[in-house]
Amino acid sequence: MSTTTWAWLVLLFPLLGTLAMALAYTVTERALPGRTAGWIGTGAIFLAFLAALAALISLEGHSPSHRQLVSSLWDYASTVGINARVSILVDPLSVFMILSVTGVSTLIHLYSIAYMDGDRGVTRYFAYLNFFVFSMLLLVLAGNFLLLIVGWAFVGAASYLLISFWYRRTTATRAGIKAFVINVVGDVGLVLGTYFIFSHTGTLDFLQSFHAAQAGVFGGSAHGDLVAGCILLLVGAFAKSAQIPLHTWLPDAMEGPTPVSALIHAATMVTAGVYLIARMHPLFERAPAAQDVGAVIGAATLLIAGTIAVTQTDIKRVIAYSTMSQIGYMIMGVSIGAYAAGLFHLMTHAFFKALLFMAAGSIIGAMGGEQSLDRMGGFRKALPFTYGCFIVGGLALSGIPPFSGFFSKDEILLVAGERGGWHWALYAAGYLGAFLTAIYTFRMIFRAFHGEPVPEARELEGGHLHHVDVPTNPATGEVEDTDVGFPGPNHPIAERARPMSVAMAVLAVGATGIGLVQIPRVDFVIDDFLRPTFADSPTYNSSGHTSLLIAGLLLGTALGLAGIAIAYYVWVLRPGTAERVRARLPQLYELFVHKWYFDEAINLLVVAPAAAFGRFARDVFEPRVVDDTLIGGTTGLVRAGSAAVRAVQSGFVRYYAALLVLGVTGVAFYFLLQA
Amino acid sequence: MSIAWYLAVSAIVFSLGAIGVITRRNPLVVLLCLELMLNGANLALIAFARMWGNGDGQILAIIVMTVAACEVCIGLGMIVAIYRRHLPIDVDEMRELQG
Repeated sequence: MSTTTWAWLVLLFPLLGTLAMALAYTVTERALPGRTAGWIGTGAIFLAFLAALAALISLEGHSPSHRQLVSSLWDYASTVGINARVSILVDPLSVFMILSVTGVSTLIHLYSIAYMDGDRGVTRYFAYLNFFVFSMLLLVLAGNFLLLIVGWAFVGAASYLLISFWYRRTTATRAGIKAFVINVVGDVGLVLGTYFIFSHTGTLDFLQSFHAAQAGVFGGSAHGDLVAGCILLLVGAFAKSAQIPLHTWLPDAMEGPTPVSALIHAATMVTAGVYLIARMHPLFERAPAAQDVGAVIGAATLLIAGTIAVTQTDIKRVIAYSTMSQIGYMIMGVSIGAYAAGLFHLMTHAFFKALLFMAAGSIIGAMGGEQSLDRMGGFRKALPFTYGCFIVGGLALSGIPPFSGFFSKDEILLVAGERGGWHWALYAAGYLGAFLTAIYTFRMIFRAFHGEPVPEARELEGGHLHHVDVPTNPATGEVEDTDVGFPGPNHPIAERARPMSVAMAVLAVGATGIGLVQIPRVDFVIDDFLRPTFADSPTYNSSGHTSLLIAGLLLGTALGLAGIAIAYYVWVLRPGTAERVRARLPQLYELFVHKWYFDEAINLLVVAPAAAFGRFARDVFEPRVVDDTLIGGTTGLVRAGSAAVRAVQSGFVRYYAALLVLGVTGVAFYFLLQA
Repeated sequence: MSIAWYLAVSAIVFSLGAIGVITRRNPLVVLLCLELMLNGANLALIAFARMWGNGDGQILAIIVMTVAACEVCIGLGMIVAIYRRHLPIDVDEMRELQG
């Protein structure tokens, strides 16, 4: 089979999985028995992964200059000046993405089988999950802007469905709405950006657009429309990838089930922005201003998210802010031209972040649904496997050699250093961020696993898994409605659930070893593989300063180790240190713990004015203008007119006769006078 | 004799009828006056037919008479119905059609 056929199959399997589960549910009107839905969902994604592998092998059979294949199923709309097709673009970049997405998603599905056991909405859950993966695959395989926008919007919709999956929790439904609204802001940016580009290139097809841009439809360097278009595309990327100031939905999205968080963070959603910038690189390279915006926002996000993560106490939120921070690295990387490094980091991040979330899910299970680090502690003996996974994920996230994060992060920063000039600021921000990353990652690990064991940990050491009698919402403490749309009574832990431990073990191996595919100066698997996509990019082949490279690697290792050492000192050796530092720097602590007041600022600048406008519209505009003036005015006019006409209809026959005679006489006189 | 005389008589008969329709309240008289109006018109039609020397006007006059006969049928029938119901025989009292 041809390469593109395999790629179509990659799209087909998750779609079939979604439809099969949804239809089975609709036809039988009851949930599928036991773990059937879970195995169908996992199987569908696994088949997609196999098809992606086949696509990879088949793509490698083409000569490097012919590795950008377009395949179209049918014309969606073909009118004057526009030809929208349902077409996919299979090239090294999209194959790289579908492999990462399907590979990690398969493991997350596998993990979910055990994690969602006992949840009454499990069929719905897996149908959504498959739809989510399908949307992301559609996004990365799209061969034109139209299909990209469709996939982009599907991902937003699927994330809404899954974040508010436990819909009995008002916090979850609010978080889902927030994610959806912010994502729609991004969608608008994407659509408008597409328009700016389309108005010059005259085609929606990616490759044709890029060729047109190379042929010079945007005139000289940095045409205004191109810069505007690229910045609007960046708005879309920022909303989906949770970059400031559109990031506030991501921490709230932790309301969803833990595997959903893993899926959003590792594979199917937040990486879309990185992919978008990498895919649009021929356009971005002609709009350096947009590239600079992306790089600065990425650097700012990685720092801000890092500082927030140091102060958060919800274990999933700490990981969520670390995702923001890591995506900041990727956005910065692909914005300064470090495409292979940014995408490499995307892949390694997918492994260790999925692993961290799964491990967090396991410890949350042991806590009976509690997520606060304040209540955790001493789980090292009770959860040895989870602890090991956390350590592996934490080391990879902190960039300690030889774990995968070490190689990918330093490559991005190496390119920043090579660019020189003000990029040195990005370089410094990146290493400062790496230092923060090590601190907050190991703060989380030390607080959850070291120290005095909490009662739940002791109970587990005694062989009994803690259960809460009255389930409460971990975010608000409200007693939960235990009908459908509730987490379910079981809280599994990896030590006792085979699918969870298998998924985590595979990811742990990946998080440890996947970085070895691309070691600076040693092997260049990712570089070589992606080269055909970025063949036209002048910045792709970096010259490489060996001294800078070695300095960066040493600096990264040193900062990572220093961060771990500080975390060890503060939270293990001298447990009271954190409180003393907090007392010393109250303003800084307030700033960080309130997440730099982004939610408050957005409330003040956007939500409050919008709500005030809404209230004005409801209380003043609608009653006065719409009801009174428009509707009241129209009805009043009609009523007055009809009253005048009605008065003529007196019912007196003689009166009618007189009018008739008068009328006829009048007409007669008129004609007489005319004659 | 000039046609003007015939038309003058026709107009007078028509006007008398019209005035009667407008001023009288007894439906029977109103019907009579309607007949006057129709016959005034008929007179004019026949006068014009004589003037042109063809039968068109006469045919029209016969049609008018037929219509008048039908109308009298219905009108008298309605009056009898009203009378039988002991309703007042007065056109001004029959004003249910007012808007």
